[in-house]
Amino acid sequence: MTQDHETNPPPGAGTRRSGEVLLEARGITKQFGDVRANDDVSLVLRAGEIHALLGENGAGKSTLVKILYGALEPNAGTLHWRGAPVRISSPAEARALGIGMVFQHFSLFEALTVAENIALALPGGTPLRDLSKRIRSVSQDYGLALDPDAIVADLPVGIRQRIEIVRCLLQEPKLIIMDEPTSVLTPQEADQLFLTLERLTAEGCAILYISHRLEEVKRICHHATIMRHGKVVMECDPAQETAGSLARLMVGSAVHDLKRGAQAAEGGPRLELRGLSAPPDGPFSVALQDINLSVTGGEVVAIAGIAGNGQGELFDLLSGERRAQDSGAIVIDGTASGHLGITLRRRQGCGFVPEERLGHGAVPGLRLSENIVLTRHGTGDGLVRGGMLDMGLARRMEQRIKSNFDVRMSHDDPEARALSGGNLQKFVIGRELDRTPGVLVVNQPTWGVDAGAAALIRQELIDLSRQGSAVLVISQDLDEIFEVADRIAVISRGHLSPAEPAAQLTRERIGLLMGGLEEGQGKAGHAA
Amino acid sequence: MGGYESIILTVITAATPLLLAAIGELVVERSGVLNLGVEGMMIVGAVLGFAGAQATGSAYIGALCALGAGMGLALLFGFLTLHLVANQVATGLALTLLGLGLAGMIGEAFVGQPGIRLERLHIPGLSTLPFIGPVLFGQDLLVYLSLALVAGVSFVLFRTRAGLIIRAVGDNHGSAHALGVSVIRVRYFAVLFGGACAGLAGGYLSLAYTPQWVEGMTAGRGWIALALVVFSTWRPLRLLAGAYLFGAVGILQFHAQAGGVAIPSQFLTALPYLATIVVLVIISRNRVLTRINTPACLGQPFVPDR
Repeated sequence: MTQDHETNPPPGAGTRRSGEVLLEARGITKQFGDVRANDDVSLVLRAGEIHALLGENGAGKSTLVKILYGALEPNAGTLHWRGAPVRISSPAEARALGIGMVFQHFSLFEALTVAENIALALPGGTPLRDLSKRIRSVSQDYGLALDPDAIVADLPVGIRQRIEIVRCLLQEPKLIIMDEPTSVLTPQEADQLFLTLERLTAEGCAILYISHRLEEVKRICHHATIMRHGKVVMECDPAQETAGSLARLMVGSAVHDLKRGAQAAEGGPRLELRGLSAPPDGPFSVALQDINLSVTGGEVVAIAGIAGNGQGELFDLLSGERRAQDSGAIVIDGTASGHLGITLRRRQGCGFVPEERLGHGAVPGLRLSENIVLTRHGTGDGLVRGGMLDMGLARRMEQRIKSNFDVRMSHDDPEARALSGGNLQKFVIGRELDRTPGVLVVNQPTWGVDAGAAALIRQELIDLSRQGSAVLVISQDLDEIFEVADRIAVISRGHLSPAEPAAQLTRERIGLLMGGLEEGQGKAGHAA
Repeated sequence: MGGYESIILTVITAATPLLLAAIGELVVERSGVLNLGVEGMMIVGAVLGFAGAQATGSAYIGALCALGAGMGLALLFGFLTLHLVANQVATGLALTLLGLGLAGMIGEAFVGQPGIRLERLHIPGLSTLPFIGPVLFGQDLLVYLSLALVAGVSFVLFRTRAGLIIRAVGDNHGSAHALGVSVIRVRYFAVLFGGACAGLAGGYLSLAYTPQWVEGMTAGRGWIALALVVFSTWRPLRLLAGAYLFGAVGILQFHAQAGGVAIPSQFLTALPYLATIVVLVIISRNRVLTRINTPACLGQPFVPDR
């Protein structure tokens, strides 16, 4: 069953492919209904190696990982641990072998303390007090500071990730599976994680590393397996590849550079913010201070900034989830709209895509067609007539969005939670674009989305603006901002810098603005 | 026996069935299951407890029958909601209706018969002490058991690994499953424990509170027990305080009427529910407090993806 990689000699491989073989998967196949999520997948994981598992959303990575961790059983294929065939039919058995997992969606218990969370993953018998001591020592050892008595609900995401990692380390695993560990980390936190990983591999641990961030994979991984449509298509040494070539292997065709086209003829301003201020609305919220910005039809304006500098608060005010104090502070197509609610703003031709797609952008337990009704019931699309819903029309819309935006699903009109993150993001953005909104505000359009889908979404945003719409993108990803934006503004501690043409801005200058070093110039927003 | 003493004694008698039923439901809800069938399990416990005592002449065997009856109905509830993943709210309501009907049918033969009272334990030397003697040392076994259960549940939930697993399953069943915990098994144990407690609470009514069988004798106590669990924000010691408070309110009703105080009895009957609504409002104002105390998976069906 291993012919697959033998016929595919990994180019440039072998640099560190010398460690003991820990886990080998041979010919793994897993069928879900009509979809073959894994098709004859084989994989060799060696001690002392960081092994990247790459692939688009829906390529079958998560399924494979769940099989390796005993959370799913394959329909065919075998697993071998240190050369001996094993059957891993539960996570407990995986842990007993020495396989640990750091989950993408945290598997933490919010109501419990850090120590209790960790105790649950360890075999019984350790008193909680001794465990707290071990947690302190291991977390200090690896530079991952943790307070064992803190309650998880009170902790930010970066710390929650640490709990997952420390929990995994305390099991003293031989193999650690990490599913997109850096997607919620700041660059500094990610660097800290990479140091931890290097130390673990030096100690002889194997790491299976799943990430969409190809630069990161090139930087830390020794070997890569690339999956597409449930199959292994290639193995390689990521250091020998470029991010572009890795992306091409994942998608199966070149990821096209975006077609920007000429900026449309200067229309009037369609979205204007005039001295928009708002006090913080909670203990961890940021106050917005005198924000001025004007987005004209035909352009994409991007707001850059480090997470937690007021992006969420600004989005809430723009979408109408929170009303502005001064109605004239938000002007949409010449109408003072600061006091209008979400539906009235949508009726004016606005579309909004919030950052959190599951729970905020879509209701997890409702079908896609029902989720369409939720945002479009009041926009004059004919979904509601005489108080009755036209679900047939909603389903036709769902079909249209599905085919126009390549949303992949295992059966027709599934519940929103059944879609993978990238597919749901395509759906949530497609739902707004399908209306051709005059003003579109998007927060983090491609968070956790693979390269192919991200390129598609970004192209759609540019195309929408070129049809005369005003597009405002809030993003933390500078590469994305430079790809889509005509003008860029930077938000820092609730202040917004004047929007400047993207061509005239350097990354260094944006970095300075992000750090708030040029505050006080924020009054000139209209001029730009 | 002085007036205050008799009031305290009646408060204990009124609080004990509430406490028994509620401490069981607390464990059930901590594991993430909402069993609204407490009233049904109680009344079947009451009738079978009475029947068991009549058949054997022993109130203790009657109490065991009550316990078994509650567990039997709980097992049915567990099979429907955990195995067949039926809606917990609907199943719980159906269980209450089933229990009421079943108890009425079984109990027809026992109406009007004199019952066997669960004996009060007399601890020599202590139970004859003035004032505190009968109150502290002259109660029946189930009163002491209810207090021991509060201490035991509190200890197990917050000091042992088993309790940690129960809380984890109630907080996030998906993660618990991913860690290798058998969610369904944990919930079965919790549901059966809850059934046993509710059955005993019913048995207390027909063996100690008023040793006879009257149709509908639970009189909504199962619902008060459910409200009590929320009132206590799922914490055993607060549950103890709440049960005695609600019990006292219920007793107050009679004494107020006897003393000619013009408080409408309907108001006093509604008081436990009003208090629960107030507590709900208070705890839901503080989101962190809510997240820490409320079992996040309460009432949600669990289906492992396989």
